Amino acid sequence: MTEPMIRLDHVSKRYPGARTFAVEDLSLDIEAGETVIFVGPSGCGKTTTMRLVNRLIEPTDGKIFVNGEDVGTVDADELRRHIGYVIQQIGLFPHLSVAANIGVVPRALGWPKQRIAERVEELLTLVGLDPDTFRRRYPKQLSGGQQQRVGVARALAADPPVLLMDEPFGAIDPITRDRLHDEFVALQANIRKTVVIVTHDITEAVKLGDRIAIFAEGGRLAQFDTPARILAEPADEFVASFVGSGAAVRGLSLRLVGELPLAPDSGAPGRASVRVDQSLLDALDTMLHAHTEVAVVRDGDRVVGELDWATVLRTPPGGQS
Amino acid sequence: MTTPTQPLPRRITPANVLVTPLVLLAALGALFWYLSGLELDDIERRSINADTILTHLWEHVELVAVSSVLVIVIAVPLGVLLTRPALRLVTPPLLGLANIGQAIPSIGILVLLAVTVGIGFDKAVLALVALAMLPVLRNTMIGVSTVDKSLIDAARGMGLTRTTVLLRVELPLAVPVILAGVRIALILNVSSATLATYTNAGGLGTLIATGVTLNRLPVLITGSVLTAVLALTVDWLAGLAEAALRPRGI
Repeated sequence: MTEPMIRLDHVSKRYPGARTFAVEDLSLDIEAGETVIFVGPSGCGKTTTMRLVNRLIEPTDGKIFVNGEDVGTVDADELRRHIGYVIQQIGLFPHLSVAANIGVVPRALGWPKQRIAERVEELLTLVGLDPDTFRRRYPKQLSGGQQQRVGVARALAADPPVLLMDEPFGAIDPITRDRLHDEFVALQANIRKTVVIVTHDITEAVKLGDRIAIFAEGGRLAQFDTPARILAEPADEFVASFVGSGAAVRGLSLRLVGELPLAPDSGAPGRASVRVDQSLLDALDTMLHAHTEVAVVRDGDRVVGELDWATVLRTPPGGQS
Repeated sequence: MTTPTQPLPRRITPANVLVTPLVLLAALGALFWYLSGLELDDIERRSINADTILTHLWEHVELVAVSSVLVIVIAVPLGVLLTRPALRLVTPPLLGLANIGQAIPSIGILVLLAVTVGIGFDKAVLALVALAMLPVLRNTMIGVSTVDKSLIDAARGMGLTRTTVLLRVELPLAVPVILAGVRIALILNVSSATLATYTNAGGLGTLIATGVTLNRLPVLITGSVLTAVLALTVDWLAGLAEAALRPRGI
């Protein structure tokens, strides 16, 4: 096992004047390249924990390591330049163009102009914005979704190994958020950063996370596991109630149609049509809309079989368990 | 994907650049036409001649320029300093004091200073600075302290130092508010400088005072119109500067 990218070692934080701990004796390892979601109710210490990592908040007790290095021993500003940071309000500087916003950290690191310009171009392309169209725009000329992408591009500017995102999709309308989720999953598959996302939305957590850390009141870590296992085997009452009654249905979003045993194609008319790379949740949705128990399954243009409702019902909730 | 392509509004248009100077030229023209239609007596001729008028105008401009520069040099850094975290606690009481200070009548300060420290150009400038300081100080403090906190969080989170955040984020975003304060200070200086004549510092106020004391309407009118034209010219220039210096994108 290689060293974890982020390690919290018995970390506590109590704000001055507060009687209780915001985070209490928390230990947590985050491996390189994984996406970990901090989720929990308001005031559970999830944002505090994230901000401890880039030292926007200093711990009362305990040590935090990023890439094997004790963050307490390095210059906070220098540390933060190598940790991407995205906030809910996005926080693009309104007086700077898109290019200048993305170039803030490279500039602080003293990169030459030409290299910054190239990096801006590369990043805009990466987040799906045409550099020639967007480089010179100002934040107020962008839609919410575009601003969010520029925010992500800005956080990635100096190619940091770690990306911290504090409710990054919180201020985005539901439809755009859904698309940004998909884009984020694709982007992360491509760049493999160590990502920490804070959210209070368990659906978002299940969709984006390799592992989910569920925080309870007082900064207690209630469960830290894969989405599938959290949905299937909640560690305690708190996790069960937080994950909620829809857990089994949500678990369906983690499984793909192609993972299930398919019946041979019967050729019957009036069936719904789904793709192997769709989630079971999407497949069920399609079948419900079509008022049919059977869906023909396609892989590209090729028909590979048939999925029926009963097969889905027999599937254990969650992932490959 | 919807791409709102709303252009940034143009701030400097031919209309707002040209209208004010045309109006002011018309006012000067009217003043000239009015004066040339009059038979001026000796006393009036002593005040209304190119030399005297230009001297007073120049004195006035000097008073305004020197005091305004001093105000900016003192009040902007002071205002920034007072918004720093270490001094945040004193910001509200100081803002309150600044607001009260603005209610003090100019003539009061001028006369007080004249009585206590003496008369002349320097003393008049001192009084003008004291008067015009408050709006700039106040607007600088407000402008810097009302910058969206999430922007500062984002900037700090990206690893910008406090100084860089101040110079690259807080100050540029506060520029419109600070400039609005400077504009108020300039106008205030032009009008208060008319009172400088009472502390023997000259200026267009001399014409007005002469006109009043000697009961000569043309002299009074000349002084008043020129002061008004100067005030509006300064305001116009400040407006152009505001439009030019305001960062794009906000």
